[in-house]
Amino acid sequence: MELTRKTAAELSALLAGGEVSAEEVTAAHLDRIAGCDDRVHAFLHVAADGAVAAAREVDRRRAAGDELGPLAGVPVALKDVFTTIGAPTTCGSRILDGWQPPYDATITRRLRQAGAIILGKTNMDEFAMGSSTENSAFGPTRNPWNLSRVPGGSSGGSSAAVAAYQAPLAVGTDTGGSIRQPASVCGIVGTKPTYGGSSRYGLVAFASSLDTPGPLARTVLDAALLHEAICGYDPMDSTSIDAPVPPVVAAARQADVSGMRIGVVTELSGEGYQPGVMARFAEAVELLESLGAKVTEVSCPNFRYALPAYYLIAPSECSSNLARFDAMRYGLRVGDDGSAGAEEVMSLTREAGFGDEVKRRIILGAYALSSGYYDAYYGKAQQVRTLIIRDFEAAFGQADVLVSPVTPTTAFGIGERADDPMAMYLADLCTIPSDLAGNAAISVPCGLASEDGLPAGLQVMAPVMADDRLYRVAAAAEAALTERWGHPLIAEAKGLGTSEPWFSGERGGSA
Amino acid sequence: MTVTYEEALQRYEPVFGLETHVELGTTTKLFCGCPAVFGAEPNSRVCPVCLGLPGSLPAANRRAIEYTIKIGLALHCGIASWCRFARKNYFYPDMPKNFQISQYDEPLCTDGYLDVLVGGRTVRVGIERVHLEEDTGKSLHVGGATGRIHGAEYSLVDYNRAGIPLVEIVTKPVPGTGFGAPGVAKAYVTELRDLLRSLGVSDVRMEEGSLRCDVNTSLSVRGSGVWGTRTETKNVNSLRSVERAVRSEIERQAAVLDGGGRVIQETRHFHEDTGVTTSGRSKEEAQDYRYFPEPDLVPVAPPAEWVEEIRASLPELPSARRARLQAQWSLSGLEFEALHNAGAVGVVEETVLAGASPADARKWWLGELARRANDAGVDVSSLPITPQAVARVAALVASGTLNDRLAREVIDGVLDGEGTPDEVVAARGLAVVSDEGALTAAVDEAIAANPGVAARIRDGKTSAAGVLIGAVMKATRGKADAARVKALILERLT
Ligand SMILES: [Zn+2]
Repeated sequence: MELTRKTAAELSALLAGGEVSAEEVTAAHLDRIAGCDDRVHAFLHVAADGAVAAAREVDRRRAAGDELGPLAGVPVALKDVFTTIGAPTTCGSRILDGWQPPYDATITRRLRQAGAIILGKTNMDEFAMGSSTENSAFGPTRNPWNLSRVPGGSSGGSSAAVAAYQAPLAVGTDTGGSIRQPASVCGIVGTKPTYGGSSRYGLVAFASSLDTPGPLARTVLDAALLHEAICGYDPMDSTSIDAPVPPVVAAARQADVSGMRIGVVTELSGEGYQPGVMARFAEAVELLESLGAKVTEVSCPNFRYALPAYYLIAPSECSSNLARFDAMRYGLRVGDDGSAGAEEVMSLTREAGFGDEVKRRIILGAYALSSGYYDAYYGKAQQVRTLIIRDFEAAFGQADVLVSPVTPTTAFGIGERADDPMAMYLADLCTIPSDLAGNAAISVPCGLASEDGLPAGLQVMAPVMADDRLYRVAAAAEAALTERWGHPLIAEAKGLGTSEPWFSGERGGSA
Repeated sequence: MTVTYEEALQRYEPVFGLETHVELGTTTKLFCGCPAVFGAEPNSRVCPVCLGLPGSLPAANRRAIEYTIKIGLALHCGIASWCRFARKNYFYPDMPKNFQISQYDEPLCTDGYLDVLVGGRTVRVGIERVHLEEDTGKSLHVGGATGRIHGAEYSLVDYNRAGIPLVEIVTKPVPGTGFGAPGVAKAYVTELRDLLRSLGVSDVRMEEGSLRCDVNTSLSVRGSGVWGTRTETKNVNSLRSVERAVRSEIERQAAVLDGGGRVIQETRHFHEDTGVTTSGRSKEEAQDYRYFPEPDLVPVAPPAEWVEEIRASLPELPSARRARLQAQWSLSGLEFEALHNAGAVGVVEETVLAGASPADARKWWLGELARRANDAGVDVSSLPITPQAVARVAALVASGTLNDRLAREVIDGVLDGEGTPDEVVAARGLAVVSDEGALTAAVDEAIAANPGVAARIRDGKTSAAGVLIGAVMKATRGKADAARVKALILERLT
């Protein structure tokens, strides 16, 4: 039995039925990581000892007859932006070098309580700023579909780990598309829940009003299972919504779009979109229509201001959030030779500890918040945000969900956009509106682009706290597409078969 | 050149304003569950939130918001139905996040006033705003001469104070107080302190830094109607310093202006030891705090019913209580102010409640007891004698059991811990001689011993009776009722 090829739902059933132990499942995934992560580089830290210990504990509890949840014994990879007791948290930055958090993020704690096995911490763009994971201070992650391509970002480590069968589930964070875009270019499923639906406590902040933790998985049902485990009200996060988690697992099982009104967003298409991506998207929409959905076009005219508004709001918040990295209490400290004052040590540390993209955004944000510029930049961007929320409200008056491509192109080459921040920023064109408005959105694979044979994604957007609608639509599309292809899309990834050359050195993968 | 205060006031009219920071007496800190206590082992009352660790988030303390509203209502402010916290961004090692969660253009309370009693009249000080923010940690700069960061060898930071709720109360500019400006400033802070204590929102220990003031001062050329450039004096942390800082800034600015210079808008530091201010940061170097709404917290929207509930729970405010007591005790403004300044209003009120007449209560607390307190360097209210004991002494005098001299001895005994007034009277044998026979004998003896004096009294010089009274008092070791002795003497000689 190739345990790493199983979905979380399948593993859950096997574990519940006593057919495999959590320790076996964990060992299989740790082997897989050991066998291929030298090439994928999805992980910054593999918590092998902790994972095995947690798995044994689950097995012990199961043997003792304890009631266990669906994720008990199921491995999960955690983006290195969540604090974890017993494992470092770097956020892909040198500046947090050596920091061992003394507390667990709410999501970390919920995963542990659910009995999920945390395999390790995944690579990311430094402080979640980027769309390719190339901005990690610890080297890029590679796309398992093609090692010369990026896995997207900033949750590129999480998406690559799931796509490469290193973990059936991973947690990422989405600020401008950082879950959906990597999920799309890695051919997997990724959800940005409603803002406030998942706790930010212990998530090292990039942009507080946008950051949203969410699940990544190879199937819609798996994403729903993880969604349900990590989401829900948290009094430690004041912006958390005090309401029950929408019934996402039931919706994923329902997988029915008959009678649903689906709105295609006119503004999220056109120039700059790869033809192969648009073709797959159009087919997916037709498919949904054939399943009984009513498809209409909706217009969201203010979406074209979303990208500039985002690049004022997110850097503004980041310039303040990242001020705490000053060498005084934790992390990197540079220049402390007894001759330099505190201010100088702060300055030298931040100079050495932050990468270019982080510095660029801190400077942008500090400028946008400066007295005399605030109204023209930050203030104006907040007004645009309100207009985008109104666009969504109007659109959701005409449609139950909205759809678009996830990102204009398939995975680009490593290094291709590294020196062109504007080209990089365009990768988040379709995903940013939902971050600004705080509504829910999902990315589900919809085929391979003819130009390069790489995955394209369908984005489904739902109103605030209607996350279940995402899963109904995504699961219906997934079922119909899988039937059409005869197998899940990920099975087409050439490099992922155990006999393929780039995994030739692999040791495990089966149990 | 130097200018005396009197000279300065001849040419200039001062305008001052005060920004007062008060630590609230909540059980826990503003955004986390750490205890808000003073004097704990350094860095022992901290958690990821108040240390600003990566990933941590604030959650606002409802009690701190309630206390702020309480203060706002007591200061007759309007309470915002919706407002937000804001981030004030600047780098300093004692600020864990390198931004302070404060309020900027949306304070919780705005536009009120506080009536202050000065020189027997009431001055109304306008309140601009009251807002809530978190305190910073505390830096200790080791080495170097000044105790400031400049020149220090190294610095230590204690984060126990970080995150303690702090309320900032900002006055409107106060013009028109002229010569009395420093006194009004001091009276305002005193009044504010009493108000905060009566509300039970802070114990206001100035010596422990739980109330800190910044004083803004500017001068206007008399008759010009134009306010000059203001300076902000920091580090003014006692009532006396508030008065001295305003006075010293008036003198300094007058000297600058008289010398043809201009006052620079700047931050100045007040030095307790010398009583003068020195230049700090000027406006040109002033920091841009890049305020923006705190995205980690939801807006504060106190429901109107809650605000009314808080309003209904307000205790009698000091100014209302003052007006009530002044009327009840039939005192003039100045008489009442004397009691107020001596910190004796509370004990006098309790003494009256224990049965003494307002006049007696006032006489004892402002006279004998104020003297004792002054000698001991303490407040009258902290003398080891209860208002009930003072009322009993007054009653013993009224009934003729004690005369004033004996009463002072009884008070001595009580202060020395010898027990209640009655116990002291019994133990020291201090009751006046009320045995008419013994008293008559002593009077006759005194007359016999002083024939010359007796003759003069017989001639109508009754004022000479004092000598005989003194002799009787001496003979009875002070235990005689002087009025009765005088009556007996006059009975016999006239
Ligand atoms: Zn704390």
